[in-house]
Amino acid sequence: MTRRAWWLAPPLLLVAGFFLYPLYFVVRESLTGDAWSRVASSGRFLDALGTTVMVSLAATAGCVVLGTFLALVLAFTPFPGAGLVTRLVDTLLAFPSFLIALAFTFLYGSAGIVNAAAGREVMGGFLYSPWCVIAAEITFYTPFVMRPLLASFKHFPREQLDVAASLGARPWRVFRRVVLPEAWPALGAGASLTLLLTLNEFGIVLFIGAKDVETLPMLVHSFGVVTFDLPAACVVAVIEVALSLSLYAVYRRAFGGGR
Amino acid sequence: MLVWSRGGRVLLWTIFALVFVPVVLAPLAVLVLAAFAADWNGVLPGAYTGAHFGEALSGEEISSLSVSLQTAFLAGTAAVLTGTWGALAVRAAPRALRRIADAVLHLPVAVPSVVVGLGLLTAFSRPPIALNGTMWLVVIAHFVLVLAFAYSTVSAALDRTDPAFALVAGSLGASPWRVLWRVRVPMLLPSIAAAASLSLALSMGEVGATIMVYPASWRPLSVTVFTLTDRGRVFLASAETVVLLVVTVVILAGLAVATRRGAAKQR
Repeated sequence: MTRRAWWLAPPLLLVAGFFLYPLYFVVRESLTGDAWSRVASSGRFLDALGTTVMVSLAATAGCVVLGTFLALVLAFTPFPGAGLVTRLVDTLLAFPSFLIALAFTFLYGSAGIVNAAAGREVMGGFLYSPWCVIAAEITFYTPFVMRPLLASFKHFPREQLDVAASLGARPWRVFRRVVLPEAWPALGAGASLTLLLTLNEFGIVLFIGAKDVETLPMLVHSFGVVTFDLPAACVVAVIEVALSLSLYAVYRRAFGGGR
Repeated sequence: MLVWSRGGRVLLWTIFALVFVPVVLAPLAVLVLAAFAADWNGVLPGAYTGAHFGEALSGEEISSLSVSLQTAFLAGTAAVLTGTWGALAVRAAPRALRRIADAVLHLPVAVPSVVVGLGLLTAFSRPPIALNGTMWLVVIAHFVLVLAFAYSTVSAALDRTDPAFALVAGSLGASPWRVLWRVRVPMLLPSIAAAASLSLALSMGEVGATIMVYPASWRPLSVTVFTLTDRGRVFLASAETVVLLVVTVVILAGLAVATRRGAAKQR
């Protein structure tokens, strides 16, 4: 061990003390009593697991489609004000996710703008359905797909597009055969980060407050500080961490971080 | 240029506007309208008022804003210092240790914030270290959550900087300390400022871990917004959110200007 390695001690000790040590306690607490069998056999947990995975997959798919489209237009068919739009999207990344949920209640609630504009009840129970959570997550996380794509498009040689087009390729074909192969790493990185973040998303679900849409982070919150069933909260937390960490391991393996 | 025909381009821009306006612009616009709404039963608010902002900037609400700012400042400063230190130290470490340390410092990104809160609650609610009911659990939770982002921001910038400058300074006889202080840290300043901005923004909007650990005496603005929403006071909640956004954006702009001035002075 060289002396220079010791410089790593302070930051690592802080992470160990404030992050790893608490995680160890979560695991230990989850082993008290019959918490594991209690949680595993409850329909509530299985429902939450299903909802979480379904919502996060659907939201990620939506973000990929929407983010790719918006990034393509901004990068390759720019219009006056495209720079401003890009900067607005960057700013959105710094905003809290609950903002979207709050806005959605005004837009799509039973007394919301859409119903008022239609003059009758058209939104039905949308606000309290999983679709609303998915839509809100797509709104909030689309910039996370757009940003890496825009960065990779910036270095994309324009001549390739012009040559392909001059040889008679249609825009769709140019996109599929020229742009997409180049954009693949950026798209993959953005998509897996979005999948990870939507899996862990809490603010949006909490603020929409739909009783029938319970995700794993909501379950942790509900067991932990609403019904004070700490062991059960810890069991759900351990499962969540296992899920997120395995996804994160795949992400790091695929997209660098291996220095 | 991907689409060459004028008609095709106009069609594409129309679709772009049709997607962008409802998805990105509408939520922001609606929130601002709601913050000024006296009542809202139609498509637009029936009447406008500044009363929500009056309430948002007084009494309990303003102290909640101050709690948020103090938490963001404490947690952000600690995270930026630790993250920068970590990014510099990781590069000096032997290869095997470097990989592990880099993974560990990135790790909190992958864990749900609610679980970070739950962990702190379980670990520090009993002796030897009982911190429950104090502001420190909130600050520590925010520190852990923003540290990984601060670290990866500075770390990515370090990957891009040319090591030749530090090597030349060293070869000219500057001590390692002098190289660090006069060459490496100044070159990193823009990324350190970016890390500070990101930390502040994330901390101001954090809900998941905060709601698990906050005591009644230390309630950040994000939790206050939730409590108000939960009680149906949505207009006041919107005004609070707008205050949160404006304060965040103003501080970020201030940081950006300060960094630009600092960079200009160095030249």
